[in-house]
Amino acid sequence: MTLQVPSHSKKHFGAPSHFNPASPPVDQIAIEERVAALAKRSIKKASKVSGLRLTVAMMDLTTLEGKDTPGKVRQMCQKALLPLDRDPTIGPAAAVCVYPNLVPVAKKALAGSKVKVASVATAFPSGQSPLPIKLDDVRRAVELGADEIDMVIDRGAMLSGDYRKVFDEIAATKEACGAAHLKVILETGELGSLDTVRKASEIGIAAGGDFIKTSTGKIVPAATPQVTLVMLEAIRDHYHATGHKVGMKPAGGIRTAKQALHYLVIVKETLGDAWLTPDLFRFGASTLLNDVLMQLEKERTGFYQANEDFSKD
Amino acid sequence: MKTKTKTNGHVAAVRGPAPLIAPPGARARVTVNRAYKMFVGGAFVRSESGRYFQVKTGAIVRGADPDVLNMPRGSRKDVRDAVLAAKNAESGWAGRTAFNRAQILYRLAEMMESRRDELATSLVRAGASPEEASREVEASIDRCVYYAGFADKFHALVASSNPVAGPHFGFSVPEPMGVVGVVAPSRPALLGLVSTVLPVICGGNTCVALASDADPRTALVWTECVATSDMPGGVVNVLTGHAKEIAPVLARHREVMAIDAWLSDGKLRASLEQDGADNVKRTKTHDDTADWYARGGEGVTFIERFLETKTVWHPVGI
Amino acid sequence: MKKLAKRNGNGHNELDFGKAWDYAPAPEATDHVKIAPRYELFIGGKWQKPLSKKYFDTISPSTEQKLAEVAEADAADVDAAVAAARRGYEKYWSKLPGAERAKYIFRIARAIQEKARELAVVESMDGGKPIKESRDVDVPLAAAHFFYHAGWADKLDYAFHGRRARPLGVAAQIIPWNFPLLMAAWKIAPALACGNTVVLKPAETTPLTALLLAHIVQEAELPPGVVNIVTGAGATGAALAGHADVNKIAFTGSTEIGKRIQRAIAGTNKKITLELGGKAANIIFADAPIDQAVEGIIKGIYFNQGHVCCAGSRLLVEESVHDVVVRKLRDRMATLRLGDPLDKNTDVGAINSKMQLQKIKELVKAGEDEGGDRFSAPCAIPQKGYWFAPTFFTGVAQSSRIAREEVFGPVLSILTFRTPDEAIEKANNTMYGLSAGIWTDKGAKIFWLAQKLKAGVIWGNTYNKFDPSAPFGGYKESGFGREGGRQGLSAYVELE
Repeated sequence: MTLQVPSHSKKHFGAPSHFNPASPPVDQIAIEERVAALAKRSIKKASKVSGLRLTVAMMDLTTLEGKDTPGKVRQMCQKALLPLDRDPTIGPAAAVCVYPNLVPVAKKALAGSKVKVASVATAFPSGQSPLPIKLDDVRRAVELGADEIDMVIDRGAMLSGDYRKVFDEIAATKEACGAAHLKVILETGELGSLDTVRKASEIGIAAGGDFIKTSTGKIVPAATPQVTLVMLEAIRDHYHATGHKVGMKPAGGIRTAKQALHYLVIVKETLGDAWLTPDLFRFGASTLLNDVLMQLEKERTGFYQANEDFSKD
Repeated sequence: MKTKTKTNGHVAAVRGPAPLIAPPGARARVTVNRAYKMFVGGAFVRSESGRYFQVKTGAIVRGADPDVLNMPRGSRKDVRDAVLAAKNAESGWAGRTAFNRAQILYRLAEMMESRRDELATSLVRAGASPEEASREVEASIDRCVYYAGFADKFHALVASSNPVAGPHFGFSVPEPMGVVGVVAPSRPALLGLVSTVLPVICGGNTCVALASDADPRTALVWTECVATSDMPGGVVNVLTGHAKEIAPVLARHREVMAIDAWLSDGKLRASLEQDGADNVKRTKTHDDTADWYARGGEGVTFIERFLETKTVWHPVGI
Repeated sequence: MKKLAKRNGNGHNELDFGKAWDYAPAPEATDHVKIAPRYELFIGGKWQKPLSKKYFDTISPSTEQKLAEVAEADAADVDAAVAAARRGYEKYWSKLPGAERAKYIFRIARAIQEKARELAVVESMDGGKPIKESRDVDVPLAAAHFFYHAGWADKLDYAFHGRRARPLGVAAQIIPWNFPLLMAAWKIAPALACGNTVVLKPAETTPLTALLLAHIVQEAELPPGVVNIVTGAGATGAALAGHADVNKIAFTGSTEIGKRIQRAIAGTNKKITLELGGKAANIIFADAPIDQAVEGIIKGIYFNQGHVCCAGSRLLVEESVHDVVVRKLRDRMATLRLGDPLDKNTDVGAINSKMQLQKIKELVKAGEDEGGDRFSAPCAIPQKGYWFAPTFFTGVAQSSRIAREEVFGPVLSILTFRTPDEAIEKANNTMYGLSAGIWTDKGAKIFWLAQKLKAGVIWGNTYNKFDPSAPFGGYKESGFGREGGRQGLSAYVELE
């Protein structure tokens, strides 16, 4: 399963292993047992606090709705910069994730901070548009100031066996990104099996994704511990083969601090210390942050908290 | 429209204790009467038709219901709702482990034991002697324990490893059919109901049952045991009403894969068999004369009647 | 494209499973658990002082602290227990209909569920196994065994193809220290379901949960004498197995003792079942889901510190994936957490006894002396208690002692094979035949190997699975008879 990392010009697309890797089989039941076992790790006290602080720092605070406005995005950016007004040592979040039109608003609101602006692109969320439009989408988002691009793969091509198309589009998107980081959304909820998730992960990695990401958040199921583990295993094999570290972003469906800690446990015990950083692991989430903050306050004060006490930006 | 259910012949002979009369000078307490509802999708519902029929009793039991009760008279649309509930519960119930189904059936037995007095009172009100009632309740609880114990064992008795002539590993395993309709025996109302419904769900099917027309109340008391037994909603659905109305709707419903009807009305039995042919329904009809207390009233065959057999072939090779 | 560097795993692309983010101690609460300072013998439904007047200490192998003292039954005590079992059989149990026996056994199952946490904590304290295993495996399975067998009590007519089954009478049951409560359940539940009464002897290093089970039996109001528990060591077991008035012996333990019992009862009419040692092959093919297979290796050999008769102690790897499997195994072992059995995050607990630790050390030394390449997980070993870091050997030959003898500890021998035929030949090349594992994505291959392996339990793409509905037991010197399932019942009945 050794994969070569190609450079991103079309002349390298000829070798079949690039776009159709011989992925190892994945046993679904054993994956489920493994994530269930990891869910039983008991995270208490100091490790809970440090895990939750890390979670905040790994968060891509996200709003991807038709009704998004500059006002909404500015408020979210404020929350990203200072998640909990009574404790400035918490945060900031890793990034905010918005639609291209709102990138300039976010950029301005976050100016001078290290919080990144991520933008979805490539005809998000379905990806069902001609490639030139998708690439244009990417270039515009980068021009508007996006530091990171969250693209979607062509699931139709993936499921119909046109792996070359999947690969080529990712590679072309990477090229269009320029200096921006590329996160490749597999939309695992549409891929049907863990074997396909594994194959899509390998294609996403081989075609140049800096991160691979589970979901758009528009499809149920979105991120699950199962697909995350399979994707982390693909990242691990790639690292062993090449020394190249690819990042991971589960997104969608992660709403509670307990879930977030479960993901951190999976990362810790699959890839180890090097991936326990916002450079290589992110959470894509919108409602997760307040639950994390509530749990942090609970740990600090010793009392269970009320939802109303946390700002709803 | 009102109809009456005839009270059973031996009611008059069996009278419970005298009614509670407040001593002179004390304030008489007015009891709170229970409204009886059918059990569909884990919820207690009236008939969507708004119709009712009355059940009367002659046996007086301290603190019990009034002598005349209004029971929901189930309709065609109630059958539709109940089948939908059963259909929605089907994959979840079949997908549970056999052990889990066993646990839930055992929990049901525990709930029945804890409500044994209430069940017995209901039987007495419908005409049983206290001795008969208690015997029926005990037999019903034990039958529930019996099927609880069978949920993870019948496979070992009805499945097979098939020694096929060739390099293939073959086995045949039982699988539930899906939604099964039950027209419960008339008497004994409780033991007949549990003896027909439990093997159906023990095998992993879900069920829509029509309660005994002679004593629909006891069936509804029993569903209160079901409701508190960890049984997922929709696995057991119990309607009250008239067999002539309900049974043909069950027999013609295309989501109902099998029907088990215990009816003394021979013409109705024949017409159910006719109706069932429309979707090649596994239609089992019986004259309502079984002895449910006997050993023949329970057994793996009751489960097996509502199981499909799936044969699997798999190559053996490198 | 950036930071490609360092291709190919020539030692550079190592993962670091350090403490960038670590788990704080998460000890299971013990304040709700009551361990008495002294336990008597449970005979005839009562707690009786031993006629021997002797007691022995049971200690926690993780702290070496004394937990309680326990009566040591001598021959006279065993005689009293067998007599009580006989009375229980004649007077009560043989007269009860199956449906009524069933309800007593269901009561025991329920009480185990109700007391689950207490039983799990005591099991981990007394035996050293991680709380997550006693909590998630031993105790729920023990309850499930009672639950399952309760259901057979009134269905025995079905189990034997129409022939009527009669109970045997008094069953003498001797169980090991690796799954104390679970083995008690495996023994007692089918015996009672089939209408026998029992005298059970738990292992001397782990008597406590069997004694808690005696309390449960008492609280479930079983008739006196139906279940009797006598504690003691080898001499107690020998007195029980050799007692003239027992009709049946069920033994789980070492092959050596099993043979001794089989010889001792030669010429008597006693029925016997033996569940003995193992040296199972866990076979990994190149087409296996490798990451999941690595989990299966871990589960196969390090579950319960390797104190498992069906442990996958011989890893047979297709040579072409040997290096990748070993590398992944080392990575995985770096995440194993060894230590306090009561910590909810502990993966590997304490070795059950000082004696067992000596035995493991001796065999590991033999492995080193024979030229095997040893790797041990980088775990810190606590000061007090008996511990052994998860270990494997590569470069092991079929003839090596560690490839032939049962270590009964967290020690894996890794061998390679080239073809499926060679895998079968090596897997079967042992006096044992309890279990085996097969890892391949190809179903036909699983069935092909399953057919050819001489072992009683075969796991395909999984390992160490147990269920009361699935018969368990060995081929060859791993013993005879099955426990669990319909087949398991025949150990406790006579057919008319």
